[in-house]
Amino acid sequence: MDYFLQQLVNGLTLGAIYGLIAIGYTMVYGILGMINFAHGEVYMIGAFLSMICLLVLGAVGITWIPFALAITLVIAMAFAAAYGWTIERIAYRPLRGSFRLAPLISAIGVSIFLQNYVQLAQGARPKPIPPVISGRVTLLDTGGLTVAMSYTQMLIIAITILLLVGFTWLITSTPLGRAQRATEQDQTMAALVGIDVNRTISITFVMGAALAAVAGLMVTLYYGVIDFFLGFLAGVKAFTAAVLGGIGSLPGAVLGGLLIGLIEAFWSGYFSIEYKDVAVFSILVLVLIFRPTGLLGRPEIEKV
Amino acid sequence: MAETSGRFASAIKEALLAGLLAAVLALPIIGLKTVDRGGRLIIDPQWTAVAWCIGIVILGRLLVALWRSRAGADVVKGPGRIALAFQAQGKWLGPLLIGFAAILPFMPFADRQIIDVGIVVLTYVMLAWGLNIVVGLAGLLDLGFVAFYAVGAYTVALFALHLDLGFWVALPLAGVFAALFGVLLGFPVLRLRGDYFAIVTLGFGEIIRIVLINWVEVTGGPQGLGNIPRPTLFGMPFARTAPPGVTPAHEFLGLEFNPVHRVIFFYYIILVLALLTAAIAIRLRRLPIGRAWEALRENDIAAQALGINRTNAKLAAFAIGAAIAGFAGSFFGTRQGFISPESFTFIESAIILAIVVLGGMGSLLGIVIATVLIIGLPELFRDLQEFRMLGFGAAMVLIMIWRPRGILSHREPTVRLGAKP
Repeated sequence: MDYFLQQLVNGLTLGAIYGLIAIGYTMVYGILGMINFAHGEVYMIGAFLSMICLLVLGAVGITWIPFALAITLVIAMAFAAAYGWTIERIAYRPLRGSFRLAPLISAIGVSIFLQNYVQLAQGARPKPIPPVISGRVTLLDTGGLTVAMSYTQMLIIAITILLLVGFTWLITSTPLGRAQRATEQDQTMAALVGIDVNRTISITFVMGAALAAVAGLMVTLYYGVIDFFLGFLAGVKAFTAAVLGGIGSLPGAVLGGLLIGLIEAFWSGYFSIEYKDVAVFSILVLVLIFRPTGLLGRPEIEKV
Repeated sequence: MAETSGRFASAIKEALLAGLLAAVLALPIIGLKTVDRGGRLIIDPQWTAVAWCIGIVILGRLLVALWRSRAGADVVKGPGRIALAFQAQGKWLGPLLIGFAAILPFMPFADRQIIDVGIVVLTYVMLAWGLNIVVGLAGLLDLGFVAFYAVGAYTVALFALHLDLGFWVALPLAGVFAALFGVLLGFPVLRLRGDYFAIVTLGFGEIIRIVLINWVEVTGGPQGLGNIPRPTLFGMPFARTAPPGVTPAHEFLGLEFNPVHRVIFFYYIILVLALLTAAIAIRLRRLPIGRAWEALRENDIAAQALGINRTNAKLAAFAIGAAIAGFAGSFFGTRQGFISPESFTFIESAIILAIVVLGGMGSLLGIVIATVLIIGLPELFRDLQEFRMLGFGAAMVLIMIWRPRGILSHREPTVRLGAKP
């Protein structure tokens, strides 16, 4: 039971990170109908930005942790947003109206480029970061095994909930969110009623990238080791989460992320840690075959 | 005159804005390099690298802006001049290239390194021709192609290990096994939309790789499998000494023993395999199934309405592509003599895909040129190795923007009704 609870806590933490990345996939897919394969790399860049920012803050002597974390969060989000904007502008916007698979191929190109860019700029070795937040709360102590939740895990889950609430509000109740939903439904009609479609799409990418950077900061705090290859697997898993939750649906992305995180944690805990990725990939395949609309998605009708 | 200077001014403005953006992007990631000093990370600023980046971006943006304003149009429609010139010359260029490939090992400049590069290039040409059937003809974006390559390589290794079968027996088996995998994996997912299909094949590729790493009893795990037998010439090995009762190939051919002979032998094996692949691809295109693929690629709902069995046609393309990858994989296994899961990562799939995309989906000759550019040149100039993958990624994006149909070719239906427009 306590082992089960511990895996639950770990799974939820992991799931929160996947959920944040998955929101970026689901928003872009909702609006453009394309898989932003490079999104995982933006998350990786977010992790590197966070690490660099923490190091710089440490070097200039800002050591009060809440303040340092807040600055890191803002800076990582801002710079990652710049990356997200640039990627859309260079690699995807010129391809609107090109043949079906062109944006995906271009996105794979961006992904390869960014991976090697970070590898060249920052080196191929994994980067260790000393723990920023230490300490944990014991949730349950049965004598043998204790169930504990570290402050980092609490922070990750709290920030995810906060961001989810904020973004749901943004999408449902602001002019920006309305523009986004309109663009999602019909780009031409949205343009006719005065919505700047290009700007709306850019903002979608910026938001997705900023959330990915938050996930990047969290993974940096949580694991304490990052490398340039971090984004590939996390990207595929987050995409799986978005598909599982129903692509295009924001709560679906978070639900999918949590499910994927839990499945991964329990699979590693009870079956085999080596095959945890196989478990996630199998879920991706099974969901796409049997329920392509996911848990909370709308069915999609393809027309000629 | 005023208009020209106005254009120039706006080009400069755009270039400076791009430079500013480059500065923002490059400053943290390139400028603040983190270095591990005894387990602690410190920052090692790289301002010159940032300056270089900004300079290159400004210059590049300026050139693009000026070129665009001169050309007047943003998008080039249809095949470019290069592609047209290329197609006009295609009739004699193909046979010429085959002739050159056939005599390459005997050219005066061909040393062992050149022949080795030739083998690698031909292996990729064969893989790309195989993937071209799947991506270029049938329009299925397969991101896990390397999985079938791995199946082929491990088939040869396992048959040699457990049943003591030689390369020539294992070669067709590798193709059969890879095709079988293709059918098994392809059948459930071929109904999916194009981009979902792509992601699922990526998942399959990763699953096979993870299984190869972790199923240690069979695959040897990360250490891989070794001692894969070399191919023989009708039972005669290319070795200095042969087991009793067997003639070494060099004695049979009346030559002095020289290790290069084996490399040349490998070269011809892969050349023949690659040419067979090309022949198959060309024939398939003219068969009803090839027409069905092209119809499905252009619009699969319309094609289905015309009575084409979508699942069967796509499955055939997937299985044939897989079989070709299996053949290539078995060759890779026997040439290396050793295989490990490291050779079958996603990036290999991406490289093969990049070749097909760059060469122009559907064009055999374009793929050869693209392979020489992407594989051959970096093999010869090892200094470029570091920047090679960076270039790949950028090239894939640029090709999609500039000429989505590939630099050297363009997709066109093999048959069309009425006169060409």
